[in-house]
Amino acid sequence: MSRITKAFANRKAFIAFVTGGDPDIETTEKLVFAMVEAGTDLIEIGIPFSDPVAEGIVIQEADERALKSGCTTDKLFDMVVRIRQKTDVPLLFMTYLNPIFTYGKEKFLSRCAECGIDGIIVPDMPFEEKNELADVCELYKIDLISMIAPTSEERITLIAKEAKGFIYCVSSLGVTGVRGEITTDIGIMVQKVREVTNVPCAIGFGISTPEQAGSMAELADGAIVGSAIVKLVAKFGKDSVKPVSEYVRSMKKGIENPLK
Amino acid sequence: MPETLMKAVQELEKAYEFYKNDPAFQNELDGLLKKYAGRPSLLYYAAKMTQDLGGAKIYLKREDLNHTGSHKINNVLGQVLLAKRMGKTRVIAETGAGQHGVATATAAALMDMECEIFMGKEDTERQALNVFRMELLGAKVYPVTSGTMTLKDAVNETMREWTARMDDTMYVLGSVMGPHPFPTIVRDFQKVIGKEIKEQLMVDEGKLPDVVIACVGGGSNAMGAFYEFILDPSVKLIGCEAAGLGVDNPKNAATIANGTVGVFHGMKSYFCQDEYGQIAPVYSISAGLDYPGIGPEHAYLSDKGRAQYVPITDSEAVEAFEYLSHTEGIIPAIESAHAVAYAKELAPAMAKDQIIVVNLSGRGDKDVAAIARYKGVSLFE
Repeated sequence: MSRITKAFANRKAFIAFVTGGDPDIETTEKLVFAMVEAGTDLIEIGIPFSDPVAEGIVIQEADERALKSGCTTDKLFDMVVRIRQKTDVPLLFMTYLNPIFTYGKEKFLSRCAECGIDGIIVPDMPFEEKNELADVCELYKIDLISMIAPTSEERITLIAKEAKGFIYCVSSLGVTGVRGEITTDIGIMVQKVREVTNVPCAIGFGISTPEQAGSMAELADGAIVGSAIVKLVAKFGKDSVKPVSEYVRSMKKGIENPLK
Repeated sequence: MPETLMKAVQELEKAYEFYKNDPAFQNELDGLLKKYAGRPSLLYYAAKMTQDLGGAKIYLKREDLNHTGSHKINNVLGQVLLAKRMGKTRVIAETGAGQHGVATATAAALMDMECEIFMGKEDTERQALNVFRMELLGAKVYPVTSGTMTLKDAVNETMREWTARMDDTMYVLGSVMGPHPFPTIVRDFQKVIGKEIKEQLMVDEGKLPDVVIACVGGGSNAMGAFYEFILDPSVKLIGCEAAGLGVDNPKNAATIANGTVGVFHGMKSYFCQDEYGQIAPVYSISAGLDYPGIGPEHAYLSDKGRAQYVPITDSEAVEAFEYLSHTEGIIPAIESAHAVAYAKELAPAMAKDQIIVVNLSGRGDKDVAAIARYKGVSLFE
């Protein structure tokens, strides 16, 4: 059983995202350990990109800060090596197609495998283009995470059939970012997935409160939180470890004991 | 392309495949191009320029005389009409120099569509007049403050907006770039330029041109001018990229000269980027050419050797801007001046019976203030 599959076994998973290198690599490393300690089941590390078209303003600004601080893909690989020595938590890279393509997909994915990355999420690579990376991912046993969106409709079946690791279920139209309320009928999306695969479904985009996390995880197999964490990092910078840790603990609690 | 947008681009592809063969749609578009945009645009023999340079005969394809002052109207009338047929009530668009934004706002006003334009904040300052023009036409203009605050960031922001709202909204993309089917659609709506050049030159000279020159940012006016001639191997096709302060200076936007293959804005093409795939903060005096990529079909023509792409610096473009103004009494857009600059260089080395056609993609009124600034002249309005 892969680390990702194990993370979803017998529990609702809490998945945390943090932008790598924001405000610096040292802090990111500390944040990852603190989030694991606070109960995070899977960690997504964003490789910053100059033009993150799927992100709202919070993560856009985090990417800008990270790039300004000198963060590079190579430095994040080195960081993952250090993290992997101390924890078994599933680690995923989230980044755009161009940083992977330009780095060299073969070189990128072989380094992912060496460092102990379990999966990658590429939000600007749709199902139709996944062959850009799918074969190489297969070769290095890295799960290429599929995304489904509220507009996917009949595409859900197509995408879910070939999904690996878990399915990233986008809760709302638009870009990443905190939302007061999620209006999409997520239940129907998850049901369509369930009809064709046992690969777990995690819901992301717009989740920020323990209540939201709880109700989303109820509908699926896990909840993904990014912008709310990155907001804390933006506010507290190098001192964000404690507030992020406390926040993650509250979110995890929301998932384990959802309000009925 | 984010998964969320796949429905929108597939819906667009389906609609376009239908309407491109629909006689009623084509008739209505033809009517608009003739009666509203003023097509066909003139093919003007620049006798004084020809005489002054002492080589090949130079013709100017006067896209600057179209309604709204550039070639952008050709594409926009097509796309907004298509959006209307698809039942959309709102259009959004990016703009660099403001020409595509103005054209989109114009077509939206004509066809009763809501219109919102995203424009890099730096460009709203360089092209303040065009911002006001768009507002006069009833559009809302959003200054984009992310990234480099120029054209690529305006594209990012328009895509983000489309991701949030696509049921009633069409993204009217301004160049032969972005995800399929946009490069095809924009090329098809712009290819009228080359078609007219061929017909008009046949009447005036009874033969094909030897060279067609056009400026290239994303590359819509160039693709429009080139497409008709791709299968005529005797016609040399030359695209002029913005080299800013020079191809060896980081402040440039010459994608074919300096770019490498990447995948961005929904297309695989050449991009100015670093070793980690971070898109470079490009620069040109021309806001319309200030884009770090190039349309994928241009990348293809370049790879195949069918078209050639040359870098033109800010100073060469400004010199050509002034030259054409003095010599022919035509003030070109600073974008188009990049093409004029290369014609100036090329013509003297060619025979007198040879012909160069320069696609004069837009008029220069919008650039007058910026050129004055460049030359250190302060204008008080």
